[in-house]
Amino acid sequence: MVRLILYVLVIVAGTLGEVCVTRAMKTVGEVKAFRPSALAGVILRALRVGWMWLGLLLMTVAFFALLGILSLENVSLVVPVTALSYAAGTLAAATLLGEHVSRRRWAGVLVVCLGVTLVFLGRS
Amino acid sequence: MKSSGLRFKTYLLILFMVVFGPLGNVLLGKGMKEVGAVSIHTPDQAAHVLGAVLTTGAIWLGIASLITFFVAYLLVLSWADYSYVQPASSIAYGMVALLARFMLNEAVTPLRWIGILVICVGVFIVGHTPMRTTEPGS
Repeated sequence: MVRLILYVLVIVAGTLGEVCVTRAMKTVGEVKAFRPSALAGVILRALRVGWMWLGLLLMTVAFFALLGILSLENVSLVVPVTALSYAAGTLAAATLLGEHVSRRRWAGVLVVCLGVTLVFLGRS
Repeated sequence: MKSSGLRFKTYLLILFMVVFGPLGNVLLGKGMKEVGAVSIHTPDQAAHVLGAVLTTGAIWLGIASLITFFVAYLLVLSWADYSYVQPASSIAYGMVALLARFMLNEAVTPLRWIGILVICVGVFIVGHTPMRTTEPGS
């Protein structure tokens, strides 16, 4: 039960956190210069976006849940299981971010999910 | 920016993500194995676990590695779609298994390796979809 809750936290909080961070970075705009001073400016601008803070909060929750599972299970099991966030992520990108997700991409994501399932079934 | 330059910086940052993300996770796994199974029922236990976590070197290395991953991730997300970047970086799952097998000596069964191969096929299918479908700032 503890494991299930931790997995759900990692997947749901992690995915929603990434969606929030993506929204924030799209507000900031495309990063074109990679000088340290320019990057510092990008980070400062990103931190003024509310979505960034919500995203960081959710990703922090996901991070500590991940630490919790890693104390109980092997990395080579935990990380593939968290890949269930692919389905959640693509769904969220299509619905929350308004990204157009092609059939081909959906198919690719499905194949990835199938692989993740095999990895999960192949527990030793 | 010309599309070839955009493609180069996209692939370079995805390479960073694929190396440092898995390395970070494996180091966290190594650190948490050193801390031991966590059971938190009282604030005292929570404080004790937090103390143990924060004094484990592998955890800090893992966090540094994940921050490197995260910065690359943020930069690439400023121009490429989330649903492009996330599947493209899924090859990281193969990397995690390799690192877990050889750095942590975890047992990885044949079925699990097959699963990883299937993941790579999925990545190949996804890799040819457009990078951006929404206009910046929209």
